[in-house]
Amino acid sequence: MPVVEMVGITKHFGRVTANDHVDFELEKGEIHALLGENGAGKTTLMRILYGLYQADSGEIRVEGKPVHIGSPRDAIKLGIGMVTQHFALVPPFTVAENVIMGYRESLNMDIRAIEREVASAAARFGIAIDPAVQVRHLSVGQRQRVEILKALFRQAQVLILDEPTAVLVPQEVEALFETLRHLREQGISVVFISHKLNEVMAISDRVTVLRDGRVIDTLETATTTPPALARMMVGRETFGVVRQDAPQRDAEAVLEVQGLYAEDDRGLPAIKDISLVVRAGEILGIAGVGGNGQTELAETLCGIRRPSRGSIRVKGREVAGASPAEMTAAGVGRIPEDRHTGLVGDLTVAENLVMEVLPRFSRYGRLDKKQIHAYAQQLIEQFQIKARPGDRARTLSGGNLQKVLLARVLANQPDVIIAPQPTRGLDVGATEYVHNQLLAQRRRGAAILLISEDLDEIMALSDRIAVIYEGEIVGVLPVEDADVEHLGLLMSGVVKETQHGTAEV
Amino acid sequence: MVLPKFRLEKTGAPFWFRTLTPVITLLITFILTSGLILWGKANPFQAYYYFLIDPLSNRVSFLEVLVKSTPLILTGIAVTVAFVSGYYNIGAEGQLYAGALAAAWLGTRLEAVPMPLAMLIMLAGGFLAGVLWALVPALLRVYFRVDEVVTTLLTNSIILFIVSAILNGPWRDPLSGWPQSPEIAESARLPQLVPRSRLHFGFVIAVLTVFIVWFVLTRTSFGLKLRAVGLGKEGARFAGIPVERTMLAAALISGGIAGIAGYVEVAGIQYHLISALSPGYGYTGIIIATMGGLNALAVGASALFFGLVDTGAQTVSRALGVPVYLGEVTQATMLLVILGMFLLQQYRIRRVR
Repeated sequence: MPVVEMVGITKHFGRVTANDHVDFELEKGEIHALLGENGAGKTTLMRILYGLYQADSGEIRVEGKPVHIGSPRDAIKLGIGMVTQHFALVPPFTVAENVIMGYRESLNMDIRAIEREVASAAARFGIAIDPAVQVRHLSVGQRQRVEILKALFRQAQVLILDEPTAVLVPQEVEALFETLRHLREQGISVVFISHKLNEVMAISDRVTVLRDGRVIDTLETATTTPPALARMMVGRETFGVVRQDAPQRDAEAVLEVQGLYAEDDRGLPAIKDISLVVRAGEILGIAGVGGNGQTELAETLCGIRRPSRGSIRVKGREVAGASPAEMTAAGVGRIPEDRHTGLVGDLTVAENLVMEVLPRFSRYGRLDKKQIHAYAQQLIEQFQIKARPGDRARTLSGGNLQKVLLARVLANQPDVIIAPQPTRGLDVGATEYVHNQLLAQRRRGAAILLISEDLDEIMALSDRIAVIYEGEIVGVLPVEDADVEHLGLLMSGVVKETQHGTAEV
Repeated sequence: MVLPKFRLEKTGAPFWFRTLTPVITLLITFILTSGLILWGKANPFQAYYYFLIDPLSNRVSFLEVLVKSTPLILTGIAVTVAFVSGYYNIGAEGQLYAGALAAAWLGTRLEAVPMPLAMLIMLAGGFLAGVLWALVPALLRVYFRVDEVVTTLLTNSIILFIVSAILNGPWRDPLSGWPQSPEIAESARLPQLVPRSRLHFGFVIAVLTVFIVWFVLTRTSFGLKLRAVGLGKEGARFAGIPVERTMLAAALISGGIAGIAGYVEVAGIQYHLISALSPGYGYTGIIIATMGGLNALAVGASALFFGLVDTGAQTVSRALGVPVYLGEVTQATMLLVILGMFLLQQYRIRRVR
């Protein structure tokens, strides 16, 4: 009998269906991978199991008995533990204190005895950790071990790990796998959420593939191959291509990136040795699973993040390290990845529209309100924004916010357009609007860098596709030569294109 | 029986509530404080008359309201400029003393300089001293992310000790032995606006400052940048606004305006520097700026209201023999009620069906 059965689980968030009649079974003592792209519904499903969300319909059975899991407390009582990417640890506390915190309470705590108890539990589960050391001195990988130990100490029989390797360096990944194999021997069941095919192949016994909130299939890992999984994960074989005209392969190279490096907020390398060329009248699509350096790449090209090395040239002029204002002046149109932080919500639509070009609307520092209003009115009509110039930006819908941002950028007729995730979170109508605007800019002769996690979008709009994986471009191919299976393998790091052809990694 | 269910929603309060806010505020404050006034053996209605209406009914006390408002207008505006850009300057009090120090020093040296020119020099000196005193916390905040609330607050104590040291040391009055600086020159003093009253030209400076700051914040591209930085740092940065430099400018201008407040108190009222120059004008400025919703014109009005309440507190105590502290208690109560009303204005109660 399976330890956990989830039957017909459905969960809606507003109009989005995150889980659509999902069935999921977890056997005792197995490592079961949940595989899918971002937004496929993996994390939602497991959050329902851990009591963080309530399913709209469906049933959960633990050891055959139907249960109601209303909160993580209920889940813990049923022997279910979860480790997310964001650890819930108190840094100045020791490992032992963190492990027992909120689990065992008494007025008089014998910390030595507790440390001994935690140490013996750690030894039993094969987790190498010193219970007396303060958590703030531990590395990310060690902290993750503390989280796992915390769950196991609470008698967890089922351990959910949400993208556990996302925060780890390769050596720590191997150590984690070692721990997981050890747990499997002791009869503990592990759910391993991931979008990395190599890891799924390496560690799991079975794999369930989710796409758009639905289960595509559950298979024995040994009976499948990475290409087959990639195909299931990214799906559809055919694409509704909007664009017919042939790309201009010999047009002027407007944006040239050479050997670009940048670090993320933690100071770790986020993009490595990226070299790209985007020509006039061309859309270069950057495909990849979220969190592989796309955000940092976009920010670096927008002047928000300083590159640590490398060159960015716009029409032959070096602009690496330029400020956002200098980027705008150099002809780079920048659409922010997060449209809420790209605008100032408490300022009006008109004020947001002129923010990048203030000198044009002021004389001796004095704003020409009439001209600003007229300009805003004109853009509102031209870009069909449903708002008045004086409305506060925060009152607008996501689609209209994106139109404001597009209007602000496109009104300047930029030579280069950086468009990271331009349709994320938009409904169908707004998405189509954005696509048409980008295609119109391409016809005008702009060089467009489209960064998207949505393969359909990439395939429909791009002239060429570059795939980013762990901060590196692992392949660039013309859209005619791109097929889903190959892209899927590139995106999950199984193969890498080199100058000499395709290589297995 | 089914009880009706209500839900609190975060959205603008109904229109009738917002229009009635001042009346409701006064009513609640009245109810809350009348017990205390009765305890002090006075009639609450009479007390409120002396508190809010009597000061406006005769010329002498009306002018006094304006005199009391002058430094408050300036510190309120100073704080506004900083807060609008998201820089929480708690140091207006210290910057005021820096301006006063400069004014007291310059004032003794301008004997031979004609009045209008002396005034300009003093004004510039007060402003620059305030800028200088605001500089270190501002640089620390903008370039090293050191919390400006802490640093500006601490620099207040530093300058108070510096002032005290100077007044008890080199500047101690040789004749009386009082810790006060030598009198400033005749030409360095601010002219009286109305004969036989304390109202001086500093009030005009304060009112002009209100209008200039209002104009800058609402009508210039610099003002738009300040507001953008204060309301959404990320959005502003993305749009190419130099966030750090803009915030630094706001912090320094704020310090300069607070410095002017110190200058007008020295050159318009005291004619020398004393360590009790300000009964917390800098701190009250924070309250005034908040009450005015960081809108320069409203901040000016709220400073005038504070001047009225300050004057009224003395009138009440003189007329009804209640302790002058009752005025402060009423002031504080009203403030809490006003802040509470601000919060309530963001919500409405809906019945759930």
